[in-house]
Amino acid sequence: MTGFAYHRRGKQIAATFTGFEADLLRSLAAQLIELLHDESALPQEAIDPLEALLDFSGPTTEPEDPVLARLFPTAYTEDDEAAADFRRFTESTLREGKATGAAAIVDALEEAGLPSELSEDGLMIDVELDQQGAETWLRSFTDLRLALATRLGIEEGDEDFWDQLSDEDPRGQVYGIYQWLGYLQETLVDSLLKAA
Amino acid sequence: MSAPSPVELRPGTEQSPVADDLTTPATPWVTVVWNDPVNLMSYVAYVFQKHFGYEKKKAEKLMMEVHEDGRSAVSAGSREEMERDVQAMHGYGLWATLEKQE
Repeated sequence: MTGFAYHRRGKQIAATFTGFEADLLRSLAAQLIELLHDESALPQEAIDPLEALLDFSGPTTEPEDPVLARLFPTAYTEDDEAAADFRRFTESTLREGKATGAAAIVDALEEAGLPSELSEDGLMIDVELDQQGAETWLRSFTDLRLALATRLGIEEGDEDFWDQLSDEDPRGQVYGIYQWLGYLQETLVDSLLKAA
Repeated sequence: MSAPSPVELRPGTEQSPVADDLTTPATPWVTVVWNDPVNLMSYVAYVFQKHFGYEKKKAEKLMMEVHEDGRSAVSAGSREEMERDVQAMHGYGLWATLEKQE
């Protein structure tokens, strides 16, 4: 397992993934896209037909899914009306931005040679990103980590609990993926600071 | 969203075009970033440098405030400006809210 590194000569930020790792990243990114396109992004309130036809706006209430609620937090804690307006004007754009970012990961992996069905053993995927591409991956890794952490129920200072889970515990496996994404993200930040 | 009408300045009149409430601060709103157990310290500091253009030292100081105090006011300005900052922070996956400066 290696992370990202900045290559001064080609001014690229690069990483090499095993086929398994690349396939896992693609699968996580694809699941995030699916969640982001969930229909609950549409306004939930029942409104009259004319109003519905003229309504080009976004949602006004916090998403029910805890992952989406964490990705799109309530901006005003003490003003429900302002919070609803903020959500209406920002959530759809934010959802689209995050879905586009995750799609960029899928595209980059496939352009680097990841087949749609992983079958070959020993396949290695070399990803090379320019600064903008690396920024996109960086942000998307945050979304993926927030999603996994929310599903697991990770809290401040509970590393010991997750570390002592047995290898057979699926939560332990997911936590391993979460930590791996954290490692990749750390090396991405480091590479971006070197590239600046 | 339309642009605000320009303030008409009339030379020779003594009337001030600014709001009459003199206690209103020039930057009445703040963007608050809250601690969360997920985001990496290096990432949060990077976002503050990248989005706000802060020096590394200031970005790290704000990041430590978030980490240790649970929250930090990372920018101040008009309500519209702070809404843009909060939206940007959400884009970066940080937990941000806006509030009136005390």
